[in-house]
Amino acid sequence: MTLTAVAKSAESPCDAPQLPFEIIGENGQREVFCGLAGIVWLHRKIQDAFFLVVGSRTCAHFLQSAAGVMIFAEPRFATAILEERDLAGLADAHEQLEDIVGRLLGRRPDIRLLFLVGSCPSEVIGLDLSLAAQRMTAKHGVKVLNYSASGLETAFTQGEDRCLAALVAEMPDERPGAGPALLVIGSLPDIVEDQFRRLFAELGISNLAFLPARRSGDLPPVGRQTAVLLAQPFLAETARVLEARGATVLTAAFPFGAEGTTLWLKAAADRWGVDELTFRSVVAPGRERAKRALAGQRELLEGKSIFFFPDSQLEIPLARFVSQELGMVPLEVGTPYLHLRHLAAELPLLPVSARLCEGQDVDRQLDRCRSARPDLTVCGLGLANPLEAEGLSTKWSIELVFTPIHGFEQAGDLAALFARPLRRRDLLGIGP
Amino acid sequence: MKLSVWTYEGPPHIGAIRVVAAMRDMHLVLHAPQGDTYADLLFTMIQRDGRRPPVTYTTFQARDLAGNTGELFKAATCAAFERFKPQALLVGSACTAELLQDDPGGLATALGLPVPVVKLDLSSFSRKENWGAAETFYQIVRGLADPAARPTDREGRRARCNLLGPTGLGFRHRDDVVEVARLLETLGIDVALCAPLGASPADIARIGEADFNIVLYPETAGLAAQWLERSFGQPSIKTVPIGISATREFIKELAAIAGVDAAPALSSDQQRASWWSRSVDSTYLTDKRVFIFGDATHVIAATRVASQELGFKVVGIGSYSREFARDVRAVADRLGLEALITEDYLEVEATIALLQPELVLGTQMERHIAKRLGIACAVISAPVHVQDFPARYSPQMGFEGANVLFDSWVHPLVLGLEEHLLTMFREDFEFNDAKGASHLPVRPEPVAAPAEPVGGDLVWAVDAERELGKVPFFVRGKARRNTERFAAERGVAVITIGTLYDAKSHYSR
Ligand code: SF4
Ligand code: SF4
Repeated sequence: MTLTAVAKSAESPCDAPQLPFEIIGENGQREVFCGLAGIVWLHRKIQDAFFLVVGSRTCAHFLQSAAGVMIFAEPRFATAILEERDLAGLADAHEQLEDIVGRLLGRRPDIRLLFLVGSCPSEVIGLDLSLAAQRMTAKHGVKVLNYSASGLETAFTQGEDRCLAALVAEMPDERPGAGPALLVIGSLPDIVEDQFRRLFAELGISNLAFLPARRSGDLPPVGRQTAVLLAQPFLAETARVLEARGATVLTAAFPFGAEGTTLWLKAAADRWGVDELTFRSVVAPGRERAKRALAGQRELLEGKSIFFFPDSQLEIPLARFVSQELGMVPLEVGTPYLHLRHLAAELPLLPVSARLCEGQDVDRQLDRCRSARPDLTVCGLGLANPLEAEGLSTKWSIELVFTPIHGFEQAGDLAALFARPLRRRDLLGIGP
Repeated sequence: MKLSVWTYEGPPHIGAIRVVAAMRDMHLVLHAPQGDTYADLLFTMIQRDGRRPPVTYTTFQARDLAGNTGELFKAATCAAFERFKPQALLVGSACTAELLQDDPGGLATALGLPVPVVKLDLSSFSRKENWGAAETFYQIVRGLADPAARPTDREGRRARCNLLGPTGLGFRHRDDVVEVARLLETLGIDVALCAPLGASPADIARIGEADFNIVLYPETAGLAAQWLERSFGQPSIKTVPIGISATREFIKELAAIAGVDAAPALSSDQQRASWWSRSVDSTYLTDKRVFIFGDATHVIAATRVASQELGFKVVGIGSYSREFARDVRAVADRLGLEALITEDYLEVEATIALLQPELVLGTQMERHIAKRLGIACAVISAPVHVQDFPARYSPQMGFEGANVLFDSWVHPLVLGLEEHLLTMFREDFEFNDAKGASHLPVRPEPVAAPAEPVGGDLVWAVDAERELGKVPFFVRGKARRNTERFAAERGVAVITIGTLYDAKSHYSR
């Protein structure tokens, strides 16, 4: 879908502003994970939830390949693999699913929340998981929710978006007369969450909650008094359903680097009417630490060109970060979807020389990448080694999703992720 | 519907990709949603391939379902042909596309491309990866083999054979091929074709020119070899040369079929493994209890090597290859065991915990299981992880392969005098059994073997439990299990130090 098509389609209520960038819309082969990938981090984040994918052997194999070996110990996810006979009769498939869920919950009494996760095959055969979820909730006394993470509907991080949107439906209404509350959405590593909690408290914002919460029972209330801050750029659907419940979504840059984190906190501070002086004194120590940490990496990265393949939707905020804070030069910034509204604070900070690309045609994009010969290419795992073999330096984009990168204290780590491939190249004496 | 946490095999189209990724000048167009492109990383990350697998995915999305996904398939096929200019195209559907019933074969044929099109029917909802690889290789051979290709007159030329079966992501396939080719050279036999690994469609066309086939991996090449036997009258050698005795048998079969002298190959000075096994240090290998699990080929071969060439005691074997269950069961039978045929790693884990072997030979899954249970382990079969694609030459087949097996299976064990010293001076603060074998990294604290009461409510007296703690770690599991079984059989409710030693003497008869 091209940008214009996005802006015009029915689900796009926002007017696409005139952007000063060269923009390509591509519709060829996409080389991205499906939303099932989100389960790999979500099942760690929500400590009493279990994710049951209703899918094929492919889905199970994908999860296993994406999760690797790091979580071999009995994980809180599994796949109910559809077989020949399940395709024949939906009634039978429902019954079998009930059976599997019954046994699963019997074996894992620690599970407080079960997600039935829809996949491409379950969607194509029309298995109604929301109906199944309702029935099972009634039957087992454990909350059963459902969402789709199929490759037909979602790319990579959009799986988390769908999961959180499903949780929003379970959030209680805010009490009448409740005061203003801040809701931060997007799963963050616990340590980062705690850092933000301290900063918000110093700003005087103590009525604060995170979605997802570490325990499934800790869902915060939502309503007109709720202001929402996105910690991740890929949460369009979650933002939409929160707005439908009366919440206000704050427009902000994303908390990457010293500047990004400052702007992100500022959006909340302004909403709470925190005065400029207080704000500055609260953020100053963290901001200074971040800047110090970035200065070292900047020496190596300044002036280096960078090319982003579309993957997690973090691409635009990260391109902003590396150009604004590290002096890198983004050549092309690919993203699976361009959500203009949630990027409104980011796009103006991106150098106009960058080319934006929405969607993908991987072979053409590889052609452009080869002819641009960037100093660093950010891409998925399937492309990294082949590009290295062609002499390009790469950074796997998935690491940007699995590593703590948000906030002041992680700014240096984030920069190091971009610096390490280049440093290694120097160490090994590989020419440019 | 079947609940699965970790799987030994992927879906059939992964098998198809393993075949095509091993070949040259062949391209697969796979009708599949975007998420299925994850398959690429198996090759580029796990196997460290420096090129993307030759696969184009149509990556249809929800909005395409309302329209015409068939058109999308045709467009993707044309674009792939234009860009990659393969000698032949392979087309098929992954699971989701199979439900759409677009008929990639028909659509691709209708395009009238100037190259052969091989179509796949992968039965994604009933079959698995290895079957997919075998079926794909079979369809490629059937579709591309020139029916007129026949061996030339044997007079005045060396015998020629095809090496069949090695694929991408196979366990040590790359090195096995080199080792077997070396051996064939010693015998004076030419390799006409190795496939799928390294073969182009044009090479496959000439498959009928060889005098006979060598089936290195029956899981992938068995089907194709059967067809070649029927259609071209090519006999196949089915002995898999893993281990010394199998290699010697393999050589003799080759010599017979090719009419050459086996002696030079049989007397190879590469055969160190048998002396290593006979040397006195290896006395300690005697009756080491080993559990073996993996694909059928490697399990059957490993069972033979473990029991006959290393003198281990095989206490259990099993395989996830249902297609070859019969062969595995037959091998188990001969050892008086019952084979465990399953795709459920939890079942494998339970069996290992119950048997308490001293060594596990398995896949990456068993490596994790063994680690959790604190048992030594070596990997012998796919599926494997990145660390099982070594940079060094490390075949499993032939005499050099036998050397590799000796090293890699014996290394994880505690050996020789050290075994005694650990027992004698178990309270030495630097050299004690909590530290594990001296040549191995610090042992992870084993997860206590699931204390499944053998017979009801057995209890260990505190001092007996303490005494058990003094038994060296590499036999502690066995001691615990034997004692509990001994106590249960005699209706002893509380295990005392006496029970422990009674059991010891009972089982050492
Ligand atoms: S936020 Fe994204 S999806 Fe929503 S209207 Fe804007 S561009 Fe469209
Ligand atoms: S893309 Fe669809 S079929 Fe493939 S793994 Fe994802 S959900 Fe399963």
